[in-house]
Amino acid sequence: MAKATIAGKEVTVNEEGFLTEYDEWDEEVGTELAKNIDVEMTDEHWALIKWLREDYKETGETATTRRVNTTGGVPTKQQFTLFPKKPAKKMSYVAGLPKPKGCV
Amino acid sequence: MTVIPNFDDDATDRKFVIICSKGNLDMAYPALVLANAALGEGIETHLFFTFWGFDMIIDSRMDDLQFSPAGNTSMHFPVKDKTIRVPQAMMPLPGMTGMATKMLKEQLDAMDIPPVRDFLDQIVASGGHLWGCQMSADMNKVDMDDLYEGVADIINASDFMEKTDGAQLLFI
Repeated sequence: MAKATIAGKEVTVNEEGFLTEYDEWDEEVGTELAKNIDVEMTDEHWALIKWLREDYKETGETATTRRVNTTGGVPTKQQFTLFPKKPAKKMSYVAGLPKPKGCV
Repeated sequence: MTVIPNFDDDATDRKFVIICSKGNLDMAYPALVLANAALGEGIETHLFFTFWGFDMIIDSRMDDLQFSPAGNTSMHFPVKDKTIRVPQAMMPLPGMTGMATKMLKEQLDAMDIPPVRDFLDQIVASGGHLWGCQMSADMNKVDMDDLYEGVADIINASDFMEKTDGAQLLFI
């Protein structure tokens, strides 16, 4: 695993640039990760990202878009608006979590 | 240097088309899962429902697709490391299809995989396009009013050829 400096912090990342250590993430890191992929964070973005991190802490897995919809309460359409084109990957990247494993 | 994942937003000019020709419950899912995955990758996705696959979008039938174990030699109980089969001769007995359908639906539900209608809702919300086949509509004597609300239109074979120009195509 490589090291990278994000928002002045040294963090561990995988070969794609996703953070690999849950506890190395904070909001400043999240803000910079979002900036890297041209997403401007709003309250709505933050609410989703924070839910995603809480859910990961409980389940040990990154929620799929389906789960974000049914359990997290953010409709699919909204997810595509907040994180265009590839919501599942973009959300997990900004949240400092691995890409979701589930197919659905 | 910071590595930034390449989400390749603008480079995605892939177009993915699935022809759904089967109305069995188990044969509905490959298309639904793949369409959903393609949309999640930012790929333009179209589903074309034809012949038996038309049942997937007929409002009165789509919630009641069935799974029959008859003639399916891969049909065994979902137990790891063991193959427990019911003899094929038993499969056509009354109640077998109902039982197999119920079991499959329970398994899907346990994995949080949505029923056909909910899955199509999700696909449409993700920007997927659903098309009904003109000939199948004529054969089934149905029109748009009888179809699932997310269906964009009923189109004929030439329309289909136009819409799928340059697409990757999958026939299920």
